[in-house]
Amino acid sequence: MRWLSWAVIALVVLWAAMPSLFTGYDPLAGVPAEKLQGPSAAHLFGTDAVGRDLFARVVHGSVHSLSGALVAVAVGLVFGTLLGLIAGSVRGVVDEIVMRVMDVLLSVPGLLLALTVIILLGPGTVHVALAVGVGSVASFARLARAEVVRVRRTDYVEAAFGSGGTFAGVLWRHVLPNSLGPVIALSALQFGVAILAISTLGFLGYGAEPPTPEWGLLIAEGRNYLATSWWLTTLPGAVVVAVVLAAGRISKEIR
Amino acid sequence: MTKYLLKRAGQALLVLWAAFTAAYILLQAMPGDSILIKFQDPELGLSPEQIAKIREYYDAGGYLHTVLGFLHGDFGYSVDTGTPVVERLAEGLPETAKLATCAFVLAVLLAVLIAFGSAYSGRLRGLLLAVPSLFISVPAFWLGILLIQVFSFRLRLVPVIGGTELQQLVLPVLTLAVPISAPIAQVLARSIDQVLTQPFVPVVAAKGASRSWILWRHVARNALPPTLTVAGLVFGELIAGSVVTETVFGRTGVGRLTEQAVNAQDAPVLLAVVVLAATAFVLVNLLVDVLFPVLDPRLAT
Repeated sequence: MRWLSWAVIALVVLWAAMPSLFTGYDPLAGVPAEKLQGPSAAHLFGTDAVGRDLFARVVHGSVHSLSGALVAVAVGLVFGTLLGLIAGSVRGVVDEIVMRVMDVLLSVPGLLLALTVIILLGPGTVHVALAVGVGSVASFARLARAEVVRVRRTDYVEAAFGSGGTFAGVLWRHVLPNSLGPVIALSALQFGVAILAISTLGFLGYGAEPPTPEWGLLIAEGRNYLATSWWLTTLPGAVVVAVVLAAGRISKEIR
Repeated sequence: MTKYLLKRAGQALLVLWAAFTAAYILLQAMPGDSILIKFQDPELGLSPEQIAKIREYYDAGGYLHTVLGFLHGDFGYSVDTGTPVVERLAEGLPETAKLATCAFVLAVLLAVLIAFGSAYSGRLRGLLLAVPSLFISVPAFWLGILLIQVFSFRLRLVPVIGGTELQQLVLPVLTLAVPISAPIAQVLARSIDQVLTQPFVPVVAAKGASRSWILWRHVARNALPPTLTVAGLVFGELIAGSVVTETVFGRTGVGRLTEQAVNAQDAPVLLAVVVLAATAFVLVNLLVDVLFPVLDPRLAT
């Protein structure tokens, strides 16, 4: 079971890096004569209403979901860890203020926060990724702060200060690296969460424009053919579930 | 005790005010002037003075005015429809409340089923404990579509349009409940395991109590507080989840209103929804904190 989650992630990363290795079909141009065909040997995931190969669209779409999730996690990781590091090491009033602001962020559900950012920035792939990232800053900050507070009390940090280390130097060389373990595990989890959130926003129509084969958008497009063509919504969604499950498992393993 | 409650209530008010202010500032900074976009259309033939008048009608008159308005239940006017935001909220709120309440109850039931089921059985345990990770990995919109596909189109159990109130509610409630049940089930299962390792459990068993008696009479009571906390925390997700659920099933409600507000760049409506969500979240968590000492008398002293 352990290798399976890594295999899923590796496969999807390969899809994103070299899509033409996995499919010979064009994700954007369809063959009208072959429209709405069920899954078969020729078309693994079937074809859509204009005769495009759905598997090709899912493979070529992976780059949008993955890069979006990467940006989102990066935003949360960098800003969240930085805020947590500052709050946990400076303590006092700064700690109070930063953590109360994080409480406020946590009191607004992630999707509503993302929608607020989108109404501000406007729709688009990058904006969606940023919006999802903003929603994860608070969880990263909380965890990073807790770790920093724990590490700061250890003897080796005291020793580093005692032997003449500067505040910033000790933070950078000792506190930060030793606080990162759980934060990395959270990143893996947030990667899956971000893929879910990005596909949800894509489904609602705030992400990529058609005919981009973004996963959420693929499912939204398949909605009009629910009665006749089950594969158009079911199969791209199953891919999303597999990737999110794998990311969650890996996060558990690292922890 | 009173001091503890007062302190928690004060904190809740502070968080609420901060959430309002943050959302207000963010939405003020919105680029593009939605009022100008809507009324500048030459076909309407409005003079600049008339547009200025319209702007006055919508502009709540600054931060302080808006705060006072919210305290009085006046949330301003929707840019999209021109009607008071309160009216639009009042239209959707009962529907969403019904959906969210049913979904929350179902989520708790599912969680109890999974967690206690795994505590009973040895063979099914691994399988049952994997269910929450699956539930949390499923996109809600996809689950909704899948349910429509299976129950409406294949099995023809639930009509797509029309049908009784119950028929209309079943699939959306399931869609909303499944992702929310996952964290509750995880925490409940973990705290049941923890309580089961405590010394009083073998003592009760030695007195001749059955597994069910131990689980329901002794363990459940002790495993409740952490579960209550997480149930409070996922409450906000109900409102977020209703955006997706109501869109997929074409229901009216606060979630649908949110989606329309984002599409129309309707800042006053979105501000009201964010404040509503934050208020619900803060209130529920305050309630959880109040209930805690009741459930665990050790905390009351």
